[in-house]
Amino acid sequence: MQALADYLARTLALVRKELLALLKDRSSRMLLFAPALMQTLLFGYGATYDLTYVPYAVLDQSGGAAATELLARLDGTGVFKRAATLTGSGQIAGMIESGDALLAIDFPADFDARLASRQQAPLQVILDGRNSSTAALASAYIASIVAAYNQSRGAAPALAVVRRAWFNPNLESRWNLMPALIASLSMLQTLMLAALSVAREREQGTFDQLLVTPLTPLQILIGKALPAIFVGLIQSTIVFLVILFWFKIPFSGSVWLLYLGLLVFTAASVGIGLSVSALSLTMQQAMLYTFMLVMPLILLSGLLTAVGNMPRILQLATYANPLRFAIDLVRRVYLEGAGFSDVALDFVPLLGVAAVTLPLAAWLFRNRLA
Amino acid sequence: MNGAAATVVLEETRKTFAGPDGGTVAAVDGITMTIRAGELTALVGPDGAGKTTLMRMFAGLLRPDAGSLHVLGTDVAAAPQRVQDRISYMPQRFGLYEDLSVQENLDLYADLHGVPQDQRRERFARMLEMTDLARFTGRPAGKLSGGMKQKLGLACTLVRSPDLLLLDEPSVGVDPLSRRDLWQIVRQLIDQEQLSVIVSTAYMDEAERCARVFVMNKGRLLAEGAPDDLRKQARGLTFTATPPDGTPARTLQARLIDAPDQIIDAVPKGGNVRLTRQPDANPARLDALLHDAVVEPRPEELEDAFMMLLRRHEDRTAAPAAPVAVRARPAPGTANGSSDKPIIVVRDLVRKFGDFTAVASTSFDVVRGEIFGLLGPNGAGKTTTFRMLCGLLPATSGHLEVAGLNLRTARAKARGRIGYVAQKFALYGDLTVRDNLEFFGGAYGLRGQALKARVTASLTQFGLEPSAQSGLLPAGYKQRLAMATGLLHEPDILFLDEPTSGIDPLARRAFWRTITALAEGGVTIIITTHFMEEAEYCDRIAIQDAGRVLALGTPHQVREQAGDAAMDMDSAFIAIVEQGRARHNHREAAA
Amino acid sequence: MSRSGFATRLVALIRKETRQMLRDRSNLVVGLLLPVGLILIFGFGISFDVKDARVAVAMEDSSPIARDTVAGLRGSPYLAPVWVRSMTEAERLVRAGKADAILRVPGDFSRHMAAGHGQLQLLLNGVDSNTAAAIEGYVNGALAVPLQQRGDRAGNKPAGAASVVIVQRTWFNEASESTWYVVPGLIVLVMTMIGAFLTSLLIAREWERGTLESLFVTPVRPLELVIAKLTPYLVVGIIDLTMCVVAARLLFQVPIRGSLPVIIGASLLYLMVSLLLGLFISGTTRSQFTASQVALLTSFLPAMMLSGFVFDLRNVPIVIQVISQLLPATHFMGLIKTLFMAGDYWPDILRTCGILTIYALVLVVATRRTLRKKLD
Repeated sequence: MQALADYLARTLALVRKELLALLKDRSSRMLLFAPALMQTLLFGYGATYDLTYVPYAVLDQSGGAAATELLARLDGTGVFKRAATLTGSGQIAGMIESGDALLAIDFPADFDARLASRQQAPLQVILDGRNSSTAALASAYIASIVAAYNQSRGAAPALAVVRRAWFNPNLESRWNLMPALIASLSMLQTLMLAALSVAREREQGTFDQLLVTPLTPLQILIGKALPAIFVGLIQSTIVFLVILFWFKIPFSGSVWLLYLGLLVFTAASVGIGLSVSALSLTMQQAMLYTFMLVMPLILLSGLLTAVGNMPRILQLATYANPLRFAIDLVRRVYLEGAGFSDVALDFVPLLGVAAVTLPLAAWLFRNRLA
Repeated sequence: MNGAAATVVLEETRKTFAGPDGGTVAAVDGITMTIRAGELTALVGPDGAGKTTLMRMFAGLLRPDAGSLHVLGTDVAAAPQRVQDRISYMPQRFGLYEDLSVQENLDLYADLHGVPQDQRRERFARMLEMTDLARFTGRPAGKLSGGMKQKLGLACTLVRSPDLLLLDEPSVGVDPLSRRDLWQIVRQLIDQEQLSVIVSTAYMDEAERCARVFVMNKGRLLAEGAPDDLRKQARGLTFTATPPDGTPARTLQARLIDAPDQIIDAVPKGGNVRLTRQPDANPARLDALLHDAVVEPRPEELEDAFMMLLRRHEDRTAAPAAPVAVRARPAPGTANGSSDKPIIVVRDLVRKFGDFTAVASTSFDVVRGEIFGLLGPNGAGKTTTFRMLCGLLPATSGHLEVAGLNLRTARAKARGRIGYVAQKFALYGDLTVRDNLEFFGGAYGLRGQALKARVTASLTQFGLEPSAQSGLLPAGYKQRLAMATGLLHEPDILFLDEPTSGIDPLARRAFWRTITALAEGGVTIIITTHFMEEAEYCDRIAIQDAGRVLALGTPHQVREQAGDAAMDMDSAFIAIVEQGRARHNHREAAA
Repeated sequence: MSRSGFATRLVALIRKETRQMLRDRSNLVVGLLLPVGLILIFGFGISFDVKDARVAVAMEDSSPIARDTVAGLRGSPYLAPVWVRSMTEAERLVRAGKADAILRVPGDFSRHMAAGHGQLQLLLNGVDSNTAAAIEGYVNGALAVPLQQRGDRAGNKPAGAASVVIVQRTWFNEASESTWYVVPGLIVLVMTMIGAFLTSLLIAREWERGTLESLFVTPVRPLELVIAKLTPYLVVGIIDLTMCVVAARLLFQVPIRGSLPVIIGASLLYLMVSLLLGLFISGTTRSQFTASQVALLTSFLPAMMLSGFVFDLRNVPIVIQVISQLLPATHFMGLIKTLFMAGDYWPDILRTCGILTIYALVLVVATRRTLRKKLD
């Protein structure tokens, strides 16, 4: 019993020192927590796939009522804003190239006449495809407006597709992206923090001083890992609170399950970071190798694009990516209110990565020769 | 040309920095001096004297806050580049590019100084020969030993012949052999090229070789003059005291240094104690201190005068260095009378890195309560031996025992019995003094009241300010903190790796007083050092070179082995290393 | 004399920087290997296009009219319908992650359809809103084709009315491949990365290792240091640029409609800005750790998230638009996409290059100031 208390006290001394070094002065505290807050706000507003503003140019060569009504429907959406009214088809190119208009609508001279004579009336839409996602969304939007117009004219059988979206009723991309930030924003800095922790001590010569104390590699591991995990969880909490209270995205799951998932995920990240750290000779190497790892981890995590869209072989590679499963877990717990059994499978790879990297780091502390 | 006579002229020059508590600290506090051309000039003083600040101002890297400063006839603050084009400057930590090779470093500086190709060939050849680096031109600078790095730094500084050469503490952390080489190079250049050189140093034997010496302390100029003139200030105050048989010199020295009102300075040397008394010392008290010793006058040296000037100035400005109070905990073994049983056993220890043998078949024992010194030039294998003893590095072969265990494989608990002070400051610089002590106390298993008590005791013992940020402490205080940390858990064995490198003579005296007191208390001490006079404090020393032990025994025995028991330790060391190298080369030639 | 001194010193410094860069493998790993990895990941791994979206079609009504109505789903290149008989089956597929949406054809569909108010239910999993929105569009489109055909067939009869058909043309990216706009954007990302990750360490490292003090007391001028530190990384950037352009053209068949000299010229200009920004951060912070964090947070992450690389800036609030306009990356991102997909559009080229030149000049002056030969 005494031995255990002694063991814990020694470990605690190291944890305390690491936290002190991290949080002691204002500027380092700022560097840990302000970016999380800033980025959540920036990305919350800036990172959106939703179409909210589509400037368009119109070339109405028909001058008829049908064109006017269609345009009124378009303007009625609040998304389409007329940027210019053109007088000749030669002006279209300039509008699109300069980006002043995302699309141009061209009503041919015989538009009304064809409709009146019950012929098909072609409506030309010219889209700026430089951002194909935006173009595709805008195109779908116009298609649905035209379809509604056709139906109102009795041109097509009335078929209503009633949409209901689970978990995200308005299909806001922010709802998809922001919960994923709870895991990914904190990963970047926790990984870096862990990667630098041992490399910095090695470079400054303090690691030897640590190794001659009676601390065991396991104690050093715990001492290094806990503060990093702690910082990671605080950052996640900042992101979580901003999403919940500022962006008001409703949380439908269990806070305990969310944090259990984040804890395991952060431990896995810290394990990766500490292994990098134990392998690096200098801080520079630790930083660069961390970047080298972080980029693919983020890109192949499903943060920006769905994992399902990737080629098979990359999908397999993502099984080693803790962020992929953390994002899946957080999204499902946050939006779907998934229970433990729903996300149990996400825990397996997370625990796997932690179980490999943490002991590896501990072993490397003593056995990596300088 | 009027300016030809003086290289540097200062008038009431001041430079202040923001202090840690928001106030300002005057690093150079209104100094007026004129440094003559064509001479070797020394700036001497302890840490914080303002030597480096002054050097940086000469080099145009810092701008004086007040007063004027002319270098080579130019106002440095107004036209730094004009001065920089004409001088060469070697900072304390010369900025060698460690990932570039010796040759590449030389080429870079030659190009930057615009040395023409034809001059360069001749100059490089000479520099490489003088520094003995010709064999290593392809080696990355980072892989050189400390002494070689310093020589390369000097070579890079001297790729061309400047109008003024500034050397900021060129021999810190350099062994006596390399130190001698460095000075030979400077000497030669002065003779051949009539160089003007300004060197800052904490070594008095170096200052003694200079034409003119400026003694500084705390930003002020205390004295200036030729070494002979300065020396005279201590005339009649200097003596040699021979302790009675059986009493180690360091015991007498400790007694003397503890009486600062009578004694200015005392150091063990060649089995005796070299002392300087206060001019106003009380004869009766002095007699009481020296009652059992044979006292004889000796010629005064520059160091005596220096210590006198410093003590006088320190008394006027601040309290003297930290008082030494040491625990008197009987070491567990001594009580049982088993003090002769070795606590450290090293047998045929070998360490190889690839095909390079860093330590070759080394054997020695250390008994409890002994001060054991590991000496040797840079790169001799001292640090490697040391790291193996502490369990930081596995041995390639051989037997190793510290308190009956191999620390590398022993359970963590065994490491709790040793204390370790690393070569360079290895505590957490961004934490406060108290944070550092509390952390290491905790790591060694101290808790609650016990921890608090030990930390408080250490703070007072070493005169440390608990809330100061460790990384910003002056070198001497950093060293005290490192000691305090190593001793916090009251270890049985204390490992010290070049603990006095880069700290001034005052701080070194205080440091050794602590060490000798610890040894009296039964703590075993293993120490490596570059300062050969410090070997005099040791019970026994081992001299290593190229991984082999060349000499092992008491300082007296080692001096005898070197050829003359009365010679100073520096000469003895150089003699033994050179004998060893000659023997080695001879054997290699035969084989 | 002074001229040749300048040249000698510059060559010496460039040689030194190049050697240092080459000796630490981690530089080359990040400078050359990471871009290759990114090209492959972005080119092959990441697609913003939803293809083969799995829609479970719950056919509770299997009458010919119902089958006819949803037949269009089969022909859609974007959808991979999975036919099931009941909602329970469909929901099971969604839960298991084997379908992203359910299209429910209710049991009374054909009856309602005949009465003129047919109704289908589309149930989307909104967690992946992007995929969900795309699926909605595709399903509507796929359903509309047979509907319109029938409407047109009916239109021959007197009761019907003619319909508007959309003739759509997508300029610049006819195939609507996200690779086309992601890969040019990758050039921006890679150029930003070299500045943010590599040059941001350079000056800070010399401060930390104390090498600047010795360098300062030589005839070296601050501007020479700036140029020398840029040069080797400029070469790395040019190699990366070449790799990106070649990969874009040969591997991913992205069209290059602008002229190559303009693309290269503009990219080099941006590369300069990015490298200088890294150097400036390095010289200001004087610490490798802080520099890398600052560079990451102010340069790389914003370039990835706020430059219009993936997220269209038209849709973000005004504050974010203002911030994004401050980023050199945003301006270059717009230009490089135009140059690849649209061609040489001179007003844009001149405006962007003008802005980048101003950035470059300001940063040269600012970086030079951080290397003033002073220690206080």
